[in-house]
Amino acid sequence: MQKMILVDQDQCTGCRLCEMVCSVKHEGVSNPSRARISVRKRFMEGYLMPVVCQQCTDAPCIAVCPMDALSRDEVVGLVRLDYDLCVGCEECVTACPFGGMRIDTVANRVIKCDLCDGDPQCVRFCFPGALEFVDANAVNLRKKRVAAAKLAEFMSREVAAQAGLIPSGVR
Amino acid sequence: MSLNRKLGIVDLSTGEIEIKPIPIELRKKFIGGRGLDMYLLYNHTEPGIDALGPDNVAIISAGLLSATLSSASARTHVAAKSPLTGAVGSTNMGGFFAPEMTWAGFHHLMLKGQAEEPVYIWVNDGGIEIRDASHLWGLSTRDTQNTLQEELGPEVQVLCIGPAGENLVRYANVMNGMKNAGGRSGLGAVLGSKKVKAVVARGTMDVEIRYPEEALEYDYEVMKHISGTKFAQIMGKYGTMFIQSVTNSTGLVRTQNFQYNQLLDAEPIECEHIEDYTFGTVGCFGCVIHCRHRYIVDGIYDEGPEYAAQGAFGWEVGCNDFETVLMGNHLANHWGLDILETGSMMAWAMELYEKGIITDEDTDGLKLEWGNTEAVLELVRQIAFRRGIGDILAEGPKRAAAKIGKDSLKYNIHVKGMSNLHSDERPTPALALGIATGTRGSDHLRSRPGIDLYNLPVPVLEKVYNNPVEYKGTYSSDYREYEGKAWQVFWHEMMYMAIDCAGVCKYHCTFLSPSLINFEHISKFLHYNAGLELSPREVWDVAERCYNIERIFNLREGFDRKDDMLSDRYFDEPTRRGLAIVRGRTLDRAKFNGMLDEYYELHGWDRNGVPNQETLERLGLDHEPSHLI
Repeated sequence: MQKMILVDQDQCTGCRLCEMVCSVKHEGVSNPSRARISVRKRFMEGYLMPVVCQQCTDAPCIAVCPMDALSRDEVVGLVRLDYDLCVGCEECVTACPFGGMRIDTVANRVIKCDLCDGDPQCVRFCFPGALEFVDANAVNLRKKRVAAAKLAEFMSREVAAQAGLIPSGVR
Repeated sequence: MSLNRKLGIVDLSTGEIEIKPIPIELRKKFIGGRGLDMYLLYNHTEPGIDALGPDNVAIISAGLLSATLSSASARTHVAAKSPLTGAVGSTNMGGFFAPEMTWAGFHHLMLKGQAEEPVYIWVNDGGIEIRDASHLWGLSTRDTQNTLQEELGPEVQVLCIGPAGENLVRYANVMNGMKNAGGRSGLGAVLGSKKVKAVVARGTMDVEIRYPEEALEYDYEVMKHISGTKFAQIMGKYGTMFIQSVTNSTGLVRTQNFQYNQLLDAEPIECEHIEDYTFGTVGCFGCVIHCRHRYIVDGIYDEGPEYAAQGAFGWEVGCNDFETVLMGNHLANHWGLDILETGSMMAWAMELYEKGIITDEDTDGLKLEWGNTEAVLELVRQIAFRRGIGDILAEGPKRAAAKIGKDSLKYNIHVKGMSNLHSDERPTPALALGIATGTRGSDHLRSRPGIDLYNLPVPVLEKVYNNPVEYKGTYSSDYREYEGKAWQVFWHEMMYMAIDCAGVCKYHCTFLSPSLINFEHISKFLHYNAGLELSPREVWDVAERCYNIERIFNLREGFDRKDDMLSDRYFDEPTRRGLAIVRGRTLDRAKFNGMLDEYYELHGWDRNGVPNQETLERLGLDHEPSHLI
C-alpha cells in the first residue's frame, strides 16, 4: 500500500520537533541541519511550512542520478537512495524543486527522507497533527470530504440568506 | 554531547574573547541554565557594583537539556545583577535562541565590561565575534531581528533589546521572536548599558544524544501524556489567558492596582475573543503545548497575548477592551518592555493620579483615569522612550517613588523593588509566601504552587509533595489556609529551579497540573539525553544548592528577612469583590510570619533568612566564591 506524509500547514505550530526527532532517529544526534524535514518560516508574517521529500512519482532526482542510486519503490511509495551506488555528486540536490535532497556536511553524504521504514518519527511526534502518514488513495478522498463539507455549509447559508433568514455575505 | 557545550566569555571593553570548557564537577553541582548562571554571577561580580556599570556581567544561557528530547527544551535564561532591584537578576524565556546557541557549541555566554559603540555578538559553530551594530541601534525588537535575518539568513536566532533597553528603562526586556520575552529583572537595560544590541546564534553542530532510541521512546511517552491532559489542551487553545476567566470570577486578580480583586464587566477581555483575531497557535522549540496565538490587530501581526498582557492592559488599568490588550502586548514587546512591570507601574501611576498624589501637571495633561485606553497606550510609549512622566516610571517602583515622594511607595505592590503579577494573593497564603520570598522580587515563577488553587485532596498532595524528599508535616486542601504551605512553596522553588537548570519550560512541570514533570522525569531526561547520572534526590540537592547561591547573592547585597515581606496593604485592606469565600479577606500578619519562620527552618536558614553554616556545608557552598570557572 502506498502511503505518504500529508502536510496540513494550518495545524503546524512551528515547534521544529520534527526536525530534531528526524536527526536523532537517523544520526543519533540532535541537529536540524542533518534532518530530512525542515519547517520554513517567515518571521514577520507568522508563516510556517514543513517541507519534506514528496517521494515524487516522476522524480527529478531519479532522472538526474548518473549512478541509478535513486529508485522509486512503487509498493510503499518511496524514493529510495542506495548508498552502495551513490557517489555523492549531488546532482539530485540541484534537481529537486522541494529541497527534499540535502547534503549532510558532518557525514559528507546526501540524505533524504526514507519514511523511517514505515513509521515516520516526524509524524509520530507531531501532536498538533500537521503531519500525517496516510494511505495515498485516501488522501484524495479526505480532501474531497473536507471540500464537500465546506461547500455544503456555504450552500446552506446561501439558501438561508435567500430565504431572508440571515443577511447575505455573513460568514 | 550536551556536556561538551562551552562557556564563552566576551570582554566588551577590551574586545577579548575566551572560550572555556565547563568542568564536569560544575555540571554535577549546578547542571546548567539558571543554576550555573547563578554560580557564574556570584563568582564574577563584586558586592555593591552598579548594575548598569561595566562591572556587572550579563550571562546568557541554555539549559543542559537544551535542544534534546526532554519535552520542551527551548528555554533561554539570562542573569545579571538586576538594575531594577539590586538583587539577583534572572529571566527566562522560550523561543528558539537557546537551542540554536547549543547547536553553535555554547551553553553559556558571559558578557563583561562595556562597549563604546553599539555591537552585536555573533555566535556561530564554535566561534564568537563582536560586530558593529550601529545600523541596528534605535530599531524595535522585531525590526532588529528582521534586519539580522536578512543579513545573515533566516535560520539565525536573535536575542535582542528594543529602544527601552537602549534607554535603560529599568524593566526593559530581551526578546527572541515576536513574543518570547525575558522581561523580569530588567536585563534588557543591562545589555543596553553594555551597548549590546543583540546576540545572534547560528549552529550546525551535533548535540549527541547519549541513548537515542531510549530517549525517543521516553520523550514520546512524556509528550503523549502531557498533550493528553486537560491543562495542555486548554493552554494549546487559549494560552495562559484561560487563567483569567476562572481567577477573575473567583476574585483573585489584582485590579486597579490593588483596590479590587476582580474586574467587573470583564467579559470583553475573556480569552475566547482571541478567536476573532487569531490564525493559529505557535509553539516554542519542541513544545506540544503551543500556548501563543498568531494574531493580527490593526493590520499588525504579533503573537501572544498572555495572562500578564491581559492584566497589564485590562484589569490593572481598568480597561475591558480586547484590542487594547492586543495592541498593548504588541507595543511592549515591540519596544522591549517587561509587560508585567509596565502594567503594574501604569496601574500604580493611575492610583496616584486618582488620589491626587500626581496631577495633570506631572503627566503633561495625560488623563491617567481608569479605563482610558488611549492614555494607557500613550504611557507605554512614554515609558519606553522616557518621555514625560514615563521617564520617572521607567525607574521602577523604588526609584520612581523616591522621585514622586508623598508616601507614594506604600501604594506600590512590589517586593524587593519588583512589581507583582496582576494577581491578588490576599486570599491565598501559599501564593503570598511565594511572591514575598522570591529571590528576584515579587514573582510567580520562582515558587508559585499553582496547583494549590485546585483544592486537591490531601492524599494527592502527599503523593506530589513527598517526592523525592519526605515531608513529615500536614497539608491543607484549602487554599485559604496556612498549613503545609511553607513546604509547598519550598517544593515548587526546587521544582522550578531544577527545570530552569535543565532548560525546560515550567508549563511542562508540576506548576498548573499535578501530573506533569517532576524530579524523577528530570533525572531520566538527564540520563537518556546527556548521560548525566543524578537521582531525583540529587536533582533536588542541585536545585537547593542553586537556590542558596541566589540567596547568598542577595544577602551579600544587603537583602534579608525585612525584604521577604509584602506591602502592608495585603494585611490591612480586605478584598472587596469575588466569591464569598474570598471576599473580605486579608493576610494574617502573625500567621504569615509564622509561615515565613517555617519556610526558613525548612531551608536550614536562621530567623533572619541567612543559611546556617551546616546548610552551606551540606550543599558544598561553604567556600563560595570558589572560582572554578
